[in-house]
Amino acid sequence: MEKKLPNIEIIEKYCKGCHICVEFCPTKVLEMKGFVVSVKNLEACTKCMQCELRCPDFAIRVHAE
Amino acid sequence: MAYDYDKWIRPGKLPHIWCPGCGHGIVMKGLIRAFDTLQLKKEETAIVSGIGCASRLPGYIDCCTLHTTHGRAAAFATGLKMARPEMKVILCGGDGDGTAIGGNHFIHACRRNIDMTYIIMNNYIYGMTGGQFSPATPTGHKASTTPYGNPDPNFDIAKLAIGAGATFVARGTAFHAAQLDKLIVEAIQHKGFSVVEILDDCPTTYGRRNKFKSVIEMMNRLKEISVPVKAAEKMTPEQLQGKVLTGVLYKEEKPEYCEQYAKVIERAQVGK
Amino acid sequence: MAKKVAFIQGNEAAAHGAIYAGCNFFAGYPITPSTEVAEVMSLELPKTGGKFIQMEDEIGAMAALIGASLGGAKVLTSTSGPGLSLKQENIGYACIAEVPCVIVNVMRGGPSTGMPTGPSQSDIMCAKWGTHGDHPAICLVPASVQELFEETVRAFSLAEKYRTPVMIMPDEIVAHMRERVVFPEPGEIEVINRTAPSVPPEQYKPYDTSFGDVPPLAAFGSGYKFHVTGLNKMQDGFPTTKAAIVQAEEERQVRKVEANKADIMKWEEYLIDDAEIVIVAYGSTSRSARYAVNAAREQGIKAGLFRPITFWPFPEERLLEISRKTKAFITPEMSLGQCNGVVKGCIEGNAPVYGIYHVDGEPVSPDEILNKMKEVK
Repeated sequence: MEKKLPNIEIIEKYCKGCHICVEFCPTKVLEMKGFVVSVKNLEACTKCMQCELRCPDFAIRVHAE
Repeated sequence: MAYDYDKWIRPGKLPHIWCPGCGHGIVMKGLIRAFDTLQLKKEETAIVSGIGCASRLPGYIDCCTLHTTHGRAAAFATGLKMARPEMKVILCGGDGDGTAIGGNHFIHACRRNIDMTYIIMNNYIYGMTGGQFSPATPTGHKASTTPYGNPDPNFDIAKLAIGAGATFVARGTAFHAAQLDKLIVEAIQHKGFSVVEILDDCPTTYGRRNKFKSVIEMMNRLKEISVPVKAAEKMTPEQLQGKVLTGVLYKEEKPEYCEQYAKVIERAQVGK
Repeated sequence: MAKKVAFIQGNEAAAHGAIYAGCNFFAGYPITPSTEVAEVMSLELPKTGGKFIQMEDEIGAMAALIGASLGGAKVLTSTSGPGLSLKQENIGYACIAEVPCVIVNVMRGGPSTGMPTGPSQSDIMCAKWGTHGDHPAICLVPASVQELFEETVRAFSLAEKYRTPVMIMPDEIVAHMRERVVFPEPGEIEVINRTAPSVPPEQYKPYDTSFGDVPPLAAFGSGYKFHVTGLNKMQDGFPTTKAAIVQAEEERQVRKVEANKADIMKWEEYLIDDAEIVIVAYGSTSRSARYAVNAAREQGIKAGLFRPITFWPFPEERLLEISRKTKAFITPEMSLGQCNGVVKGCIEGNAPVYGIYHVDGEPVSPDEILNKMKEVK
């Protein structure tokens, strides 16, 4: 069965580049691009929502079924 | 699904003023989830704060919000709660605001057991003014006004609240984000004065002076020092050395202040 | 039906005046010589369904007052010198956030602990400039127990009408003397309440100047949600540092009192028309002054009394007018010239202003005033 991938929405104007989401993602889905976070490896996402939960800046939303 | 924080955020107010990696935003999200869980009505909910970084929180949340003077949130809120006992009144602020300049109001709000919830974001420092030591700064640590290390002993804020008579006291951390809303929900549901101390990080003015290389290191420290109360029961004093207990630390039922005052009114009106 | 009459103390009259005005919340902290106000409020307020709280300190009392007022209550606190100093922080907050509240400050000797049981009139500048920054000031200075009752009622109306703190400042003598008070019937003295918003909650702004210099004030918990801060703010209540907005808002806050002076100011003129020597005195000192004026007239000295009932705003235009035909002013007061300086400041040098100053806990006697009149005649 094909895995349904989530949509990780990054609100760039809110992101302050603190690295918290990158560091605490258990499957290393995210990376920093310059001062802003971006999605590097969506396939690895387990939809655990830790990045969204921990982001202090309301800059990540994980849209998953 | 992505959590819809927008329903409690005032339109156009983000991004907030807090520095990169500051945990106050994580706490604010926990507070919003708690409000949402409890289905609070915006018009019937007030957030009252003092001065400082953490005290800027109410400006972002869409309800009745009161940003007061330094340390005085508990006193302003006491007046509001007495005038409007039906409102949910939440206080928020930092460690310096709440336990130094506001220490007197804090302990007396605890003593009265007035039905309000105080969220204290303890980042061990006065952040907004540039990193001066607070009553919560650990002994020996560096601040802009303790360049040779802090000579002062520090408060244990949760213990202070328990000693002063608060009837619900809990502690969480900005690292343990998923638990914050649960602690806050329980605190708000508790009838009486409830205190939730949230250990937080200030990378800008505390971290860099105290050899933390990054926000991540500060977050990991919060993780390492925290021990849930249940787990602590099975640990030896040696194992608990340097640890901080988290979870619900204290809970008791006691007469609530507004209800007590309602009885005063009844007594005054006897035979009237 | 005959009116209710009682022989009561000034402080008690202030408390009863507050209740007449519809006060339903009191927060205070014990301090001599004002405690009777708190004691009467603790007894009487709950009878009316109102609430009394003794706070942990003076600062907290002022804070609770503002919190309750934003919840829609009509609020009173009472204090004296050292307490007034402490309350200044949040008096400033009430000024900038525009929250109605009434403060009874019984004037005792100072500075600091000074003479807690001695009378004084030395807080008058503190009432205007005690809190930092530019701000409006309304301060009422009654001279009798009846007047203290009535001016307390008026203090509430002014606070509510102009969304600002109002101070009522009897000296210790007025606060502690006992006199006959005739209680007005309900409705006999006009009681003004704050203007509630006429717009629905989604359109409400707490500082919406399209409604004039005093915007309507909603109560928290009444269906309206908004933000209140002690920072310089915009019309919607949120902070700003935009120069033009800050300047305009600061000017409006002061203007709402300055532009309405005619409505706020109150004074009494006694034998002023042909007076060559005018005594400017208020509070208990004005009673000595009146006696002295009568005695002077008997001795052929054309003396008169100008008695401010509102000290801030000070009736300066009228005094300037009077000064054009006055040979000399005398300001007897229980301070080292605070009132004297104010008088000098408004009469453009038209006449000399002599002072009689007591800061020894003793009132100024009629004889002292009479002797001074003879000296300067």
